[in-house]
Amino acid sequence: MEATKTLRNLIGIVVGMFAFGWLLVPIYDVFCEITGLNGKVTGPSSLSQESLAITEQRELLVQFMTHNNESMPWFFDSEKSQMRVITGNQYEATFVFHNTTAKEMVGQVIPSVSPGRGAEYFHKTECFCFERQVLAAGERIELPVRFIIDPALPEEIGSLSLGYTLFDITDRVQPEKEIAKL
Amino acid sequence: MSTVVESHDHGHHGPAKGLSRWLFTTNHKDIGTLYLWFSFIMLFIGGAMAMVIRAELFQPGLQIVQPEFFNQMTTNHGLIMVFGVIMPAFVGLANWMLPMQIGAPDMALPRLNNLSFWLLPMAFGILISTLFMPEGGPNFGWTFYAPLSTTYAPSTVNFFIFSVHIMGVSSILGSINIITTIFNMRAPGMTLMKMPLFVWSWLITAYLLIAVMPVLAGVVTMMLMDINFGTSFFNAAGGGDPVLFQHVFWFFGHPEVYIMILPAFGIVSHIIETFSRKPIFGYSSMVYAMASIAILSFVVWAHHMFTVGMPLAGELFFMYSTMLIAIPTGVKVFNWVATMFRGSITFETPMLFSIAFVALFTIGGFSGLMLAIVPADFQYHDTYFVVAHFHYVLVPGALFGIIAAAYYWLPKWTGNMYDETLGKLHFWLTFISVNVTFFPMHFVGLAGMPRRYPDYALQFADFNALISVGAFMFGITQLLFLFIVIKTIRSGKQAKPEVWEGAGDLGLEWTLSSPPPYHSFTVQPQVK
Repeated sequence: MEATKTLRNLIGIVVGMFAFGWLLVPIYDVFCEITGLNGKVTGPSSLSQESLAITEQRELLVQFMTHNNESMPWFFDSEKSQMRVITGNQYEATFVFHNTTAKEMVGQVIPSVSPGRGAEYFHKTECFCFERQVLAAGERIELPVRFIIDPALPEEIGSLSLGYTLFDITDRVQPEKEIAKL
Repeated sequence: MSTVVESHDHGHHGPAKGLSRWLFTTNHKDIGTLYLWFSFIMLFIGGAMAMVIRAELFQPGLQIVQPEFFNQMTTNHGLIMVFGVIMPAFVGLANWMLPMQIGAPDMALPRLNNLSFWLLPMAFGILISTLFMPEGGPNFGWTFYAPLSTTYAPSTVNFFIFSVHIMGVSSILGSINIITTIFNMRAPGMTLMKMPLFVWSWLITAYLLIAVMPVLAGVVTMMLMDINFGTSFFNAAGGGDPVLFQHVFWFFGHPEVYIMILPAFGIVSHIIETFSRKPIFGYSSMVYAMASIAILSFVVWAHHMFTVGMPLAGELFFMYSTMLIAIPTGVKVFNWVATMFRGSITFETPMLFSIAFVALFTIGGFSGLMLAIVPADFQYHDTYFVVAHFHYVLVPGALFGIIAAAYYWLPKWTGNMYDETLGKLHFWLTFISVNVTFFPMHFVGLAGMPRRYPDYALQFADFNALISVGAFMFGITQLLFLFIVIKTIRSGKQAKPEVWEGAGDLGLEWTLSSPPPYHSFTVQPQVK
């Protein structure tokens, strides 16, 4: 029957569009990755062959910023607030985490590079980002970030800022621990 | 064995008696009536919330409600007006008019039709019940941006999500029904390009609905998972992105605003041709204009979020694609004016509302163009200028379209003419108060008054008092509309089948008696 066919097609559109709505999530991530829109550092941790072939080096300023999200009580800062670096060389910056509270807490750091277009030229060979940091009450640790600035960095970018936001994920981790105990 | 159990004639039985008529009805006219009354009741509930908002904003400072409650009022006012008033009213009009306009005996899927209506009172029952819970109802604005609606939301947000799911199912089922009806049940001879414009507008609207309501269902499901199951779609702490919410929401939200205006375009086209006593100017360009508006609506969504941070190329793309929509919209406005040009116009109430629609909707369209300009939008964003813009396209736009349709077809539905004097009084009071309410919002918006706050700086006091007076007047005037509708249902001059002079040639619905029989077009008419 004609109506059954119409009906089947329409239900197909509904199911397809529901799937498309969910597909928008990975599409958004891929789009941001290609355009470097939200400053997510997604490039490889080493230089590409083309970049290694560039012998011309230049100096630029790399600044470090740390933020505590909402009511995260830890002390979180970089040892130096900025560094003058030469492209193509590896550098190390140190970040201090200090759990000032009297209980064990779990933190997690999310990075962002600005300007966003510079994100793909910021290669981190070692980083603590996206890893859970479990700190006992009063514990203080120092963690390094090693990075290379790609020599292919566009001329007009004179400085890069690496921003870190520290989130309190204790509540999100706790239920998993309880499940693990069972 | 006796095979003759029932002897009465199945072809001519009327509606069932009592409450079961409305609960179990599969008749398109009954369901249309249910939809229209539902949206009328919701208009007064959502309107009462607007009155609370305007009463609080009558003077600077906090007088009547607390900011928390104020936020719940703005949120629920928006949700109810969008999903509970404008959309159900258009679906109700579609239920009543589509079968009669295309010469079909009923909708293609009558039981589905019953289900899609009865889901709505459930959805809004759930939504409104949250206002009486200790934590209060949704308070994050009708656009429910994450993380306000996830991390910082009251726990009643789960009721809100469930009710949005139900509304979505209802709209999708209704749209499937409408498309199936239009494609399979047209009278012989009625080709697609001979369909009345209201039918065309609904065909396009229904496609928009089945395309974007599933995306809305997806985004609220992601919220539900972020809130209850520890995912991080919109939570930066887990690697998600709150801006993603805005993209997915407006991918639904922009086609949604055309869903709320396209059926009004169809209605106004019919009314203007009837009272100008001329067929509509440029029928096929009207159809193509609606189709291109619908297609373009999928590529303009980010103009709602210019200020979140976007590359210049993105902002330029969304600016130009938004401005492109002004072209088909301009074609429509031009065609309406050209239809009236040298027509023998009379100014009955539906015509007055339609002319006001054309004029005031155009004002809303122009302020939309201003908002589309990226550098200007950085100043206008989230001010009362935006509030003025979308109220101009939704109140004198969509709502005037619905009121005009009610006056235009009420004599057909009830068999009684409405009181023309009262109708005109209703029009003029509405027309004046709508402008007193929304026009000064442009000024306070340009001067920098932000939206969604229960208080404001002193320099906005005079205009806000004026806006509140206009809003109270508008609210009270709609009680007059309720009175006129009830009066027309109960009494009034007997309406002729064609109701309006010369309307008999304009559509199949005018060939039926007024009121039409409970089952109309049991034999399909021939269209030449």
